[in-house]
Amino acid sequence: MTGRRGGRPLVPAYLSTGGVARPSRTHLERLSVLTCSGGRAPTDLPAAQAALLEELGHGSLTVVEAAALLRLPVSAVLVLAADLLDRDLVLARAPIPPARRFDPDLLKRVADGLRDLKHR
Amino acid sequence: MASATSSTVDDRPAGADVHLPDTARDLVKILVTGPFGVGKTTLIRSVSEIRPLHTEELLTEASAQVDDLAGVREKSTTTVAIDFGRISLPGGIVLYLFGTPGQERFRELWDDIAYGALGALVLVDARRIDASFDVLGLVEESGLPYAVAFNTFPDAPRHHTPEQLRAALDLEPTTPMVTCDAREADSSIDALLALVQHLIDHHPPEPR
Repeated sequence: MTGRRGGRPLVPAYLSTGGVARPSRTHLERLSVLTCSGGRAPTDLPAAQAALLEELGHGSLTVVEAAALLRLPVSAVLVLAADLLDRDLVLARAPIPPARRFDPDLLKRVADGLRDLKHR
Repeated sequence: MASATSSTVDDRPAGADVHLPDTARDLVKILVTGPFGVGKTTLIRSVSEIRPLHTEELLTEASAQVDDLAGVREKSTTTVAIDFGRISLPGGIVLYLFGTPGQERFRELWDDIAYGALGALVLVDARRIDASFDVLGLVEESGLPYAVAFNTFPDAPRHHTPEQLRAALDLEPTTPMVTCDAREADSSIDALLALVQHLIDHHPPEPR
């Protein structure tokens, strides 16, 4: 497990990926949503991968949220997540279908939702 | 580090509640940008449903591309903390706010964080308008739609007219320009709304 607050992470960033600098898949981004697949984790799972998997055991997280909780750089979490994807231990989905990003209806819902917040 | 001015203690719980609600479906993001000390994290904290989190981002200071070990000894690496927060909206929308420094030396990181963003809210300090020129240049070059919000500091000069401020920042007539108090949730939401309404009114070009 890596530390949360205070102290240094148990696994230094440069060791957390076992020296791998690039994720094996490229479709992961900062806001990709990571979820546990429910698959059984092997006992020899590298510590940093196990730490990420344990975090996801409590619920879905985006890549940046996982990076913040594990105190690892986003680039390291991208590598770890890709490894776990390859092992079918984690599922990932895009933050939003690309075609919907500037959908006027979506933007209106964002605006309406923000307005509602003001009346709480 | 660079985050020294941004990191303050917050008593909102961290950890368990950071996990996404099962209803989360469409995740969108807005960059909150501006020079150091302008109130980016303050604004994010005032509206975020989670205690703002941060990631440590690695910055490569060397100008050369580093693709292999040959370049490693040439570069030095520093880190900068990127604060972010989150607002869950009805209909499964989750809006992320990323506090993104706008200095030219953060360009590579900026481009990475800006990928897929709806737009940027540029916070400006009226006491030091020139500190925002870098940021505005970066935002405009990135092609990201943006709105400008003057964060109201108590001792900010009040004698400038909106026209003078608009001219000083060299803003397009259609670019929204508002004032906000980043400490106040409603005021921060109004500034975000100015940006989102701008996106609705001016159908932004194809996403980058």
